[in-house]
Amino acid sequence: MEEVRLMKGNEVIAEAAIRCGCDGFFGYPITPQTEIIETLMELKPWETTGMVVLQAESELASINMVYGGAAAGKRVMTSSSSPGISLMCEGLSYLAGAELPCVIVNVSRGGPGLGTIQPAQSDYFQIVKGGGHGDYNMIVLAPFSVQEMNDFVELAFDLAFKYLNPVIILADGIIGQMMEKVTLKPIRPRLTDKEIEERYGSWAVTGKKNRKRNIVTSLQLEPHIQEEHNHKLQAKYREIEKNEVRYEAIGCEDADYIIVAYGSSARIGEKAMELAREEGLKVGLFRLITLFPFPHKELAELKKKVKGFLAVELSCGQMVEDVKLAVGSDIPVHHYGRMGGMIHSPNEVLDALKKTIVEK
Amino acid sequence: MKEEIIIAGFGGQGVLSMGKILAYSAVMQGKEVTWMPSYGPEMRGGTANVTVIISDERISSPIVHEYDTVIVLNQQSLDKFEHSVKKGGVLIYDPNGISHKPTRKDIRVYSIEATSESAKKGNTRVFNMVVLGGYLKVKPIVSLDSVDKGLRKSLPERLHHTIPANREAIRQGMELVKEEHV
Repeated sequence: MEEVRLMKGNEVIAEAAIRCGCDGFFGYPITPQTEIIETLMELKPWETTGMVVLQAESELASINMVYGGAAAGKRVMTSSSSPGISLMCEGLSYLAGAELPCVIVNVSRGGPGLGTIQPAQSDYFQIVKGGGHGDYNMIVLAPFSVQEMNDFVELAFDLAFKYLNPVIILADGIIGQMMEKVTLKPIRPRLTDKEIEERYGSWAVTGKKNRKRNIVTSLQLEPHIQEEHNHKLQAKYREIEKNEVRYEAIGCEDADYIIVAYGSSARIGEKAMELAREEGLKVGLFRLITLFPFPHKELAELKKKVKGFLAVELSCGQMVEDVKLAVGSDIPVHHYGRMGGMIHSPNEVLDALKKTIVEK
Repeated sequence: MKEEIIIAGFGGQGVLSMGKILAYSAVMQGKEVTWMPSYGPEMRGGTANVTVIISDERISSPIVHEYDTVIVLNQQSLDKFEHSVKKGGVLIYDPNGISHKPTRKDIRVYSIEATSESAKKGNTRVFNMVVLGGYLKVKPIVSLDSVDKGLRKSLPERLHHTIPANREAIRQGMELVKEEHV
């Protein structure tokens, strides 16, 4: 049954996982996302849907438990925040190399190092461009509301299994800690072992029964075979780029200036847009929902009608590089963002837009 | 309708739960809501605050730099947030422990003796509901009926027997709040 509640972004990740038929969650606590595992422990899904919830001894253990569960064709996930995700990066590369479907949630905080527990978006390069070694991509979803924290868990699992690829939900401390109204989905039952064998028997290690043996590995010592494997991965990423770009364009139809942002900065950017319009400045918001795949074409299309772009992110300027790649160098593209856990206000964003682009 | 509120005080005063009950009450009335806490190494005696936005329409930023209503429950919070009240907005404060009173003349200032009155009645646990009552008297943005429903939703079932006491505290707060002329 659908149900409306007031919940924190973190809490809803736990609810959504249970409701979308997740088989296992393996994690290790870290602020600002600890409510995810806390809520799971409180809800005790092992008594209802049979979902396993385990607090591992470390982030390394968590991500490798995810590898094991995913290799068995199960819907498994983990969550952490920035420093914890750094610890998981080796595992992420292995998961991508072995083409294993799984979901990772990063409720990011300020860095570098242990940094701060306050919100930041300074993990864009790490999450979107790699983090681990090798040529790989993860599908990256950037929720900007508690409702999207809910909706993206199921979407992430569906994309992970569609493309046999890790999917990461990149949120931040604001989206994780904030409470909003959310409509929860009805419970979708977990797959039975028989269903897993039928759907994923071609690659999953489900216990060999009258079929060839499946091997899940990311190791290939023959370079020509490994190159072939890389070609196959790259073809898959191009396919993802073709099919899965998601974004929201708000007030862009008549805009002279565009704010490009994702996650909490998109919420703040939307308010900046409202303030600008009150002053008669035609500002639009281009909100990224997928960071990989990145909406290059859509931004390039917008460029024809506008005078400039302001990339707003809680970092020193990371996503702005992709905006520049998308729209080229013959139009102003600037960056604005606070760092280290400080949060820009809508007014600061508007001031930055005026100073860097409008008044130039 | 759109109301942007910040509630600030000491950790342990029930600032976050007061915000949550207000937010849930608004949800019960079909409003859009965001509730954004300060979070960190917070503890009893430290400072805590929560921003609640209630609106008929989609809410953009959960972070704002000035508020329609500021509710402050200690001196630090008064010093920090008095300047963040919008011109013509509302400031509500509990005079308990306040040595430097609000000074702005371009806002409406209300005081509520919630700490001392709830101590007198021996019911300091519903202190935050006294404050909520005061706020709802000044700004009746949600009905008491919705607050009842909000309490039922935000309190765990084992605490549902305290709902009448909470309701009484809200009623008391409505009587206690008074406008001050700065």
